[in-house]
Order: sequence, then C-alpha cells, then structure tokens
Amino acid sequence: MSATTDRPSPFQAWRLADYWFTLYRRTWRGSVVTSFLNPLLYVVAMGVLLGGFVHADPQRPEGAHSYLQFVVPGMLAAQSMQVAIGEVTFPVMTMLKWHKTYFSMAATPLRVVDLVVAHLGFAVLRLALTAVVFTLVLAPFGVFHSVLGACGVVLVQLLLGLAFAAPIYAYAAALRNEMGFTLIFRLLMIPLTLFSGAFFPLSNLPAPLEAIARVSPLWQGVSLTRMFALGTSEPGPVATHLAYLVVLAAVGVWLSVRALTRRLIF
Amino acid sequence: MAILSAPITRDRGRELSRAAATGVLLYRNYLVYRRGWIIFLTGFLEPVLYLLSIGIGVGKLVHGFDVGGRSVPYADFVAPGMLAASAMNGAIFDTTFNVFFKLKYQKLYDQVLSTPRTTSDVARGEITWALLRGGIYSAAFLLVMLALGLVHSWWAVLALPAALLIGFGFGGIGMALTTWMRSWQDFEFITLGTLPLFLFSATFFPVSAFPEWLQWVVQCTPLYRGVVLCRELTTGQVGIGSMVSVVYLLVLGVIGTRIVSRRLSVLLLT
Repeated sequence: MSATTDRPSPFQAWRLADYWFTLYRRTWRGSVVTSFLNPLLYVVAMGVLLGGFVHADPQRPEGAHSYLQFVVPGMLAAQSMQVAIGEVTFPVMTMLKWHKTYFSMAATPLRVVDLVVAHLGFAVLRLALTAVVFTLVLAPFGVFHSVLGACGVVLVQLLLGLAFAAPIYAYAAALRNEMGFTLIFRLLMIPLTLFSGAFFPLSNLPAPLEAIARVSPLWQGVSLTRMFALGTSEPGPVATHLAYLVVLAAVGVWLSVRALTRRLIF
Repeated sequence: MAILSAPITRDRGRELSRAAATGVLLYRNYLVYRRGWIIFLTGFLEPVLYLLSIGIGVGKLVHGFDVGGRSVPYADFVAPGMLAASAMNGAIFDTTFNVFFKLKYQKLYDQVLSTPRTTSDVARGEITWALLRGGIYSAAFLLVMLALGLVHSWWAVLALPAALLIGFGFGGIGMALTTWMRSWQDFEFITLGTLPLFLFSATFFPVSAFPEWLQWVVQCTPLYRGVVLCRELTTGQVGIGSMVSVVYLLVLGVIGTRIVSRRLSVLLLT
C-alpha cells in the first residue's frame, strides 16, 4: 500500500478537505433545491394542507398534538436518509469509473481509509447543513418542543445519515454498473421512506408489516427524531435506537474500506 | 473493396415511411432495455407503493373527500391522482434525463440523422417510446386499483387512454425543454416544476384547501387537468367538462412535439 513509506496519521483524511470544499463550491447551487425547497414543499403539502383534513385523533399519534407535529420529524429523517444515499451513489461511481479521481488520490500518500473517511465526512457535513436549515425553517411552525430537543434532532440526523451512507458506500464501491443504483432507489429508499412511520403511525399497518417496519433502520431514526422533537424521549428506547444506528454505521465503514481497497489496490 | 461499397450502393436513397422510422427507434430502445429488464419492471412499483402508503396508511387518518357531490374514501380519492402523477413523472423522466443523455453524451441522434431519418422521426420515436412505457405502467397500476376495489365505474376503462394523454402532454413539453438544457444541473429546474405540480394538483387533497384565487391557478395547470380527468373516470362522474382536460392535454402534446422537431433541427442540422 502506498502509505507504508510515510508515517500515517489518523487525521490524514483532513488533507482531502480542500478537494471536497472546492467541489462543493461549484455544486452547492443544485443542492439548494433538493435539500431545502423540496422538504419545504412537502411540509406545506402534506403537513399543513393535508394535515388540515386529518381529524383530531382521540389517542394522539406518538405524542404529537397535530399531524404537522407528527409528520415533520418523519420527513426530516427521511430526507436525511435520501441526502446521505445521494452523496454516496453517483458521486462514488463518478470518482471510480468516469473521472477516476480515487485512483489519483490513491497514488498519493493517502490511504484507502482516508479516502473513505473524507468522503463520508463530507456527506455528514452536508447532512449537518441540510438538517440545520430544515430545523431553522420549520421552527416557526411550532414543531419542536425545545431548543435542546432541536439540537438533538440535528445530531440524530448525522448519525442516521451515516448509518445509511456507510453501508451504501460499500455497495457503490463494489458496483460496476450504475443501473444498480436504480434498484437501491426503488427497492430500498422509496419503500423505506413510505413505510417507516414517517407519514403515518406504524400501528396503521397490518401486524406482520408493522413488525418488519419496526426493524427498518429508518424507523429507528424516525422514532429518535420524533422523540427529541416532541420531548418524549426515554433513556431505554433512545439507547436501543442509538446502538442500532452506531453498529450499522461502524459495519458500513468497515465494509466500505474493504470494498474500496479491492477496487483500487488489486 | 466489394464488401465496403456493397451496402452503400444497395441502400442509397431508400426512403423510410414515418411509421417505419418511428419503429426503428422504438426497436432500438427495446433492445437497450432487454438488458435492463429489471429496471423496466420495477418502474411500476413506485406509484403502487405510494398508493399503499398514502392511500391506506394516511387514509386511516383522513375521513374522505367530496367528489362531484358524493363522499368517497380517501384511498379512492388518492388512487386516480397517483395514476395521473405517475403518468407525468414517467413521461418527464423518459423524455428529459434519458433524452439528454442520448443527445449530449451518447450522440445517438447525430447517428440517427446520418441515416435517412429526420428530426421529426426522432421526436415521434422518443415520445412514442415514453408513451408505450408509461402505458404499461398505467395499465399495471389500474389492475392494482381494480384488485384493491378502488374502481367504481366502467368509465375507468378510459383511464388508460387518459394516462397516455397525460404522458403525451408532459412528454412533449419535457423533451422540448430538454433541447435547451446545458448540463445536468439544469435538471433542478425540471424538479422545480414537477414537484409542486405533484404535490399541489389536488393529488393528495382537494383544491378547496387553497384560497379562491389560488384555486384558479391550480385549475389551469396541466397535471390538475389530468388528475381531475382520471378521477372523473374512475369514480364514474364524466361530463362534458371532461373534454376541456382532454383538449388541453392534447394541444400541449402537439405543441411540444412541434417544438422538439424544430429545436432538434436547429441543434443537430445547422
């Protein structure tokens, strides 16, 4: 491996910061629409307008006082998943197959793990930006219980995003044909968005489907986000959800380094 | 030498009829998707999943809406909206992303035009392909609606041609806009147009949710006309007013196709 001649530092990934910063300076305009306007439109359409037709339920759905309060945390979590997946699908394929940026990076003293950490780090940074913007825009709608809760919501988005970005990075790094992404979008992203308790309580699903939905990683994130937003968090469930997402992210990073090493070195 | 010159002398000057020229492009697209059949197949899943999630999951929270003076359950209300919206999304996807790739990167149309085919043949071929593909998805979606008991009238048979009409209207406009695209970044503008249409065209809730002046605006948008048309057909409330939507979408498609032929000629032949 190329890095063996140099003294590897755990912070080597920082050296790629200027690459990602330059890239983002050129492409941020496009991300404004997807990460800011789209969720706002969804919130207005589904939360405010459709929510106006939702009749007050006697048992409040998961502690929310209105449909808007219920749906906003769900939408934020779903959006974080989508942003995360977006950052590690076509960009990874571009850097491996079309522009071959990774190969030139690997020719420097940087290690494979640095490339992975830098790429995922950038994804987390973008998640932070979108989550903060989303939270600030929606705070006036009265959907957050407290300021501390809103900060918790943002932090949850980073972990949730990483839990998706890391395993899918591994998949993308091993993939030879971009058609595989269409399957990720259609068979993973959309069903998760629609059936992970973002738009309606999971108890509305038939029992077997509800059981499946409860183990989906997005439900863990939706549930966490909702607890922090509504101020209904309890230590037990919070710890379980967090542990689930941390394990998913850690396994994902490990798999990513392995997949990218195979692609670049051998 | 005989091998090199033989095909040139044999085929020179042979004219293709419009139908044959369209057919060649359709056959080419068919050959491409033979290798990506799973992509083709899963295309119909998206609206069905939306129907199950929003229609049934959210439907338990909403009591139902008035359609033409009759109250219908929420799933009945949403399903035709999904049908129309997916007809729009499918046509837009096929005639924007796919066409842009072929136009700018693959240089497919440059190759087509070096044969005895014209830019009108390209426009007709691509839009017909988008319609065929959309038609298959719409038919599958209608069968799902039927199976879930969301179809209440024989008029629903006409919902398939209605979906094709929506595809024609949006496919024409989508491909016309594609001829002005400079880079992938420009596609944000397409999303900027289709997402509000998808969310606010009485797909998920009736226009009565808007203030009066905004209702007028919404009623003039093409997807709203499509949604209303599909809803009238599946609930069996067809009237003479339905013809407004039909003519509207038809005109949109014809104008779009005309623009595409002209623009492609400007881009590729001059």
